[in-house]
Amino acid sequence: MKAATVRRTDFRYRIGLNLRAVVGRSYPRIVGANREPSWIFFEALLPLLGIAAYVFIYQFFGNQAIAVITQSTATAPWGMCGNHACADATEQAQYLAAVNANTNALVASVVLGGTMVAFWLNVLWSMASQLYWEKEIGNLQLYMMAPMNRMALLGGMAVGGMVMTSMRAVSTLVAGVLVFGVIFQVASPLLLLAVFFATLVALYGLGMMFASLYLLWGREAWNLSALMEEPIFFSSGFYFPLGGLLRIPGWGPAIAIAGSFIPASIGLDALRQLTLGSTAFGGMLWIFDVTTELEILVVMAVLFLILARYCLAYLETLAKREGKLTSRHQ
Amino acid sequence: MSTYWRTFKVAAWLGWEMDSNWTEPWLFVLYSIVKPVAGAFILVLMYVVFVAIGRPAGDPDAFSYMYVGNSFFIFVASVLFGTFQVIQSDREWYQTIRYVYISPISYYVYILGRAASKIAVAAFAVAITLVFGVSFLDVRLHLALIDVPMFLAATILGLAVLLAIGICLGGISFLTAKHTHGLAEGIPGLFYVFCGVLFPLSILPGWGQAVGRAIPLTYWFDLTRRLLAPNLTVNTTLTGYDAPTILLFLLVSSVAFFGLSVLIFKIGEYFARKAGKIDMTTSY
Repeated sequence: MKAATVRRTDFRYRIGLNLRAVVGRSYPRIVGANREPSWIFFEALLPLLGIAAYVFIYQFFGNQAIAVITQSTATAPWGMCGNHACADATEQAQYLAAVNANTNALVASVVLGGTMVAFWLNVLWSMASQLYWEKEIGNLQLYMMAPMNRMALLGGMAVGGMVMTSMRAVSTLVAGVLVFGVIFQVASPLLLLAVFFATLVALYGLGMMFASLYLLWGREAWNLSALMEEPIFFSSGFYFPLGGLLRIPGWGPAIAIAGSFIPASIGLDALRQLTLGSTAFGGMLWIFDVTTELEILVVMAVLFLILARYCLAYLETLAKREGKLTSRHQ
Repeated sequence: MSTYWRTFKVAAWLGWEMDSNWTEPWLFVLYSIVKPVAGAFILVLMYVVFVAIGRPAGDPDAFSYMYVGNSFFIFVASVLFGTFQVIQSDREWYQTIRYVYISPISYYVYILGRAASKIAVAAFAVAITLVFGVSFLDVRLHLALIDVPMFLAATILGLAVLLAIGICLGGISFLTAKHTHGLAEGIPGLFYVFCGVLFPLSILPGWGQAVGRAIPLTYWFDLTRRLLAPNLTVNTTLTGYDAPTILLFLLVSSVAFFGLSVLIFKIGEYFARKAGKIDMTTSY
């Protein structure tokens, strides 16, 4: 056996090679992007405005509700408390406090959703579409010829993407706390971290799986990513607690269940419970308890990573058989 | 002039083919509907959740205000993206910008043509979203026949302003890296927040209201809402202006923004040529 062959079958060598591949592929995303400082403005700060709009909607609704509660009329001297006139100042104050608390909780939901939007968009546009993009610009054949495992390549893209996107996610959180005065009450920081990282691993696992599938789907890939923005924001409850969908009879639960296959939906539900308290919104808008949701996320993470491995192997076989791996614009 | 028109026509056809030929026509129609309707449904659910926990009696006027604004915002997102992404997609993705750029056509007109198909698809999506809202969500619309000419004029002028802003961004993107998605989210986000699209300007702090009043699109949204849903009781803080005044303001704005777009586009082009950035790729 030649020396080179021995080296390639050596376990330590393969581990080292793949780790270097992970670092190598994440390097351009982390360092390369930071060499272009304009991206901080374009990719991290500008998108905050979209999140702010959703925050202001809830504040608008909150202001409208407060106006009704505080508006004194002949039939309701203490304003309206729900569907009836407030009995006295105490009941009016209770309703005002409830509206303020609910508005804060909804604004906090938007802020948390905004951080997850950053990761979801990164998964769509920088993970799922990436292999297709690499094919279009001619890098894919170089990746396929390189001796590392293809999963290391996808892993590097994921690690780089997570680090790169963290800037935007942190900006959103900081803006939520400092600009919009959101109050988070974190009772279990370790559980919070566990849920957050389980969500990220599951999300990027899904992205790794999509990367292979997108390569197969060709030109539809770009449009598929575009299609998975608003519909997923809606069905996965990025800007409202997902339990709201379950309260709509008929189609609501069906959409919510479909949306739950995206790890961000379950992850967001758990993160909201951990940062707002399980009694927020009267405790009536949560899907499962946090522990169950963490278990689901871990299962999703493992499942998506395994599926990603299989999809990648299938893609490679198919590409070799049909000889279309490097055919551009298809 | 005939060269401009020919460039526009060919670019519009090219844009349409690029947008639609990846799939079957029925799937493309479905795709064009699903995205905006899902966007509207995000707002519907936000409203449903707030009503469920904060205001059992509901607030149909606030909902209609928000729904109409969001429907017309589809134009903003599509037209802006349709213009400024032309440079970046031709440069970074298709890598054809060098060939188009050196051809004897106006690149400015070429971009306008490429955006035309996005406007057509957006108009379809706006119509579908409004019809859906009226049919299933009890959105209160009432466009009087006498207001139709003013509505059409306002829409054309609003689109003209949007195209001009898109070209300004295109001029800037000659010099920037591949920031298509940041721009696609961020710039519409700017208008989403400050132009009273989803909520009246009074929700914003004083400086935010001032910013909103300085953007022509604020008046476009206000006029459109006045004409389409004249019975809404939400205080927009712009009641001091009557409809013809706003229309005149839109006309002046569209001319001013056209001049600005030519200026910024030429400056961006000049510096990009000087720095050799016309056909750069910044893939990472």
